Amino acid sequence: MTKTTDSQIVARFEIEHTRYLDEQGQPCGELPEVAGNADLLRDAYRTMVLTRRYDGKALNLQRTGQIGTYGSSLGQEAVGIGFASAMTARDVLAPTYREFSAQLWRGVSITELLLYWGGDERGSDYSGPREDFPICVPIATHCCHAVGAAYAMKLRGEERAVVCVLGDGASSKGDFYESLNAAGVWHLPVVFIVINNQWAISVPRKRQSAAQTLAQKAIAGGIPGEQVDGNDFLAVHDRTAAALSKARAGGGAHLIEALTYRMGDHTTADDASRYRDAAEVEAHRADDPIARLRTFLEGRGLWDAQAEEALLKDCDQRIDKALEEYLATPPQPVEVLFDYLYAELPEALAEQRQQLLRESGDG
Amino acid sequence: MAELTLVEAVNQALAYEMAADENVVVLGEDVGVNGGVFRATAGLQERFGAERVIDTPLAETLIGGVAVGMAAQGLRPVAEIQFMGFIYPALDQMLSHASRLRTRTRGRLTCPMVLRAPYGGGIHAPEHHSESTEAIFAHVPGLRVVVPSSPSRAYGLLLAALRDPDPVVFLEPKRVYRLMKQEVLDDGEALPLDVCFVARAGQDVTLVSWGAMLHETLEAAEQLEAQGVNAEVLDVATLKPLDMRTILDSVSRTTRCVIVHEAARSGGLGAEIAAGLAEQGLMSLMAPVQRVTGYDTVIPLSRLESHYMPSVTRIVNAVKRALEFA
Ligand SMILES: Cc1ncc(C[n+]2csc(CCOP(=O)(O)OP(=O)(O)O)c2C)c(N)n1
Ligand SMILES: [Mg+2]
Repeated sequence: MTKTTDSQIVARFEIEHTRYLDEQGQPCGELPEVAGNADLLRDAYRTMVLTRRYDGKALNLQRTGQIGTYGSSLGQEAVGIGFASAMTARDVLAPTYREFSAQLWRGVSITELLLYWGGDERGSDYSGPREDFPICVPIATHCCHAVGAAYAMKLRGEERAVVCVLGDGASSKGDFYESLNAAGVWHLPVVFIVINNQWAISVPRKRQSAAQTLAQKAIAGGIPGEQVDGNDFLAVHDRTAAALSKARAGGGAHLIEALTYRMGDHTTADDASRYRDAAEVEAHRADDPIARLRTFLEGRGLWDAQAEEALLKDCDQRIDKALEEYLATPPQPVEVLFDYLYAELPEALAEQRQQLLRESGDG
Repeated sequence: MAELTLVEAVNQALAYEMAADENVVVLGEDVGVNGGVFRATAGLQERFGAERVIDTPLAETLIGGVAVGMAAQGLRPVAEIQFMGFIYPALDQMLSHASRLRTRTRGRLTCPMVLRAPYGGGIHAPEHHSESTEAIFAHVPGLRVVVPSSPSRAYGLLLAALRDPDPVVFLEPKRVYRLMKQEVLDDGEALPLDVCFVARAGQDVTLVSWGAMLHETLEAAEQLEAQGVNAEVLDVATLKPLDMRTILDSVSRTTRCVIVHEAARSGGLGAEIAAGLAEQGLMSLMAPVQRVTGYDTVIPLSRLESHYMPSVTRIVNAVKRALEFA
């Protein structure tokens, strides 16, 4: 056959999906290095359980009016602990509002989480990870911050990287694409973790994008993208660790789409029964990331019922203590409204500050 | 001492601070090899390298947001938006993040960035190249909005903005970019932010303006002088936070005030100044405050532009109305 046009394939891509443990916690094949790190596995498991206990407590606190609107991370614990445990303390996290697990791992205290969700800015003045960004509410806007922070690290020649976490819904936004694109052009040490929990409030994944995977969105920005089973701690940790070492060594940006499921309502202000079938949620209940890791640990003799009992007791004690601390923290003095607006209060605002003091004293 | 245009003064301030502080980086569209479409960053990439003078992809949200991320990491980014008409995607970043990072983290992270943009009309530019929307930024708590009116002010105010620990939106009146030359000493001396400058002392009426309009306002003052009216002219310079004290002091002496800006009238910064006078200076006013502004219309293309822009005649007439009020 003679060729009539000069047409040829000029680009192709493949998206790899990684999982090491199946839903029952059984190895599907050869395991990654992290599977042999008993201490890390136990720590990861403990923090996943702590996250879930804290999450349950926070929902109750919201119901009783002790904190404000709250979005649970139930079912997503392996993603957060998976990538956070692959970070070093010097790496920087740019999180959204559902990354308690990662934040706890990185040293944000339960008291700080409660303060933030209880309406106190001091909850974002993390005593642990001082350079981590505060959680980002305007969806995907923080992707650009991650790129800027990564640029600073590269400019200074530091061996550090930024992890930027976003949702499936966020992956539709322009700032996300602009960030991927720039991270590719500038070859920056930044790893994007797209937590695909199948829902963006009421909008299901397939209404979010016609792309077969969200991971492939990275390809258009000239950076590699891949998928992991987000309920498999081993997979999330291993793939993020690889991406981060590459990034820190000057190998450029990377994107990981972690597939998981949002078991709870979007937030306490939401009622998911309006838009999704209970049957769908039930079907996902069998695939629990915490149970998966526990089965694996037990199979290796690294965990047992006694350890579990002690852990739960410890978690509850820590949470209760943090709750006490939170409740005992007096509100900030009102003038603080002005005190962090600028490094120094401009003279033009001095009078308003006085007015606030006067008027709030009037009651 | 060199005679510089306003855009050259901007360039000189950037070069001075880049040499003095290695944390200063410049980023934006075409700012590198090309030196900026107005040449504000000319020569900087040659001198300081492509890592510190960064050609960005064409993406304004990114430019604003990357600057926020850099600033949070301790750099001092100076981001250029090519024209103010394209600044709005970056408004999200300035409003949602730059202005609040210090407050949100109780000072743990801060945002010492400058967002520069040429702004304003009167140069027969294409659509979307003539707007003055400074009031949108001046409305946002936590931002500073600074507008130079001359080469020397541009040099001193930009240096101050570059050294300020908080985010500054620095709007450069592009009509003045090459309108005039001034001797500008490259001594690294910053001018103070947050204060109005007295551009011309006088006693009969206070004229308040900023940016390119300061020049029509000064010309109006000259014409009025010939008619026996001695006008004081204030150059607001920092629009946010606003130095009402200097304006009130002046009006307490002159008792009459005319505010001149090319932005649309409703909700413009003139309204804020007039409200400040009504609240705190009513007793010293002998006439209603007059505003000479652009109309509440879409700014027209070049053939009708002169009808939109406040003219010297319109300013002079407004002053006469203020003076004739019994
Ligand atoms: C820019 C922006 N638009 C809308 C919202 C309101 N909103 C909050 S969360 C959310 C859904 C986000 O979904 P996804 O990115 O998948 O994250 P998830 O909630 O599933 O963790 C929306 C629309 C917002 N916070 N920011
Ligand atoms: Mg989602």
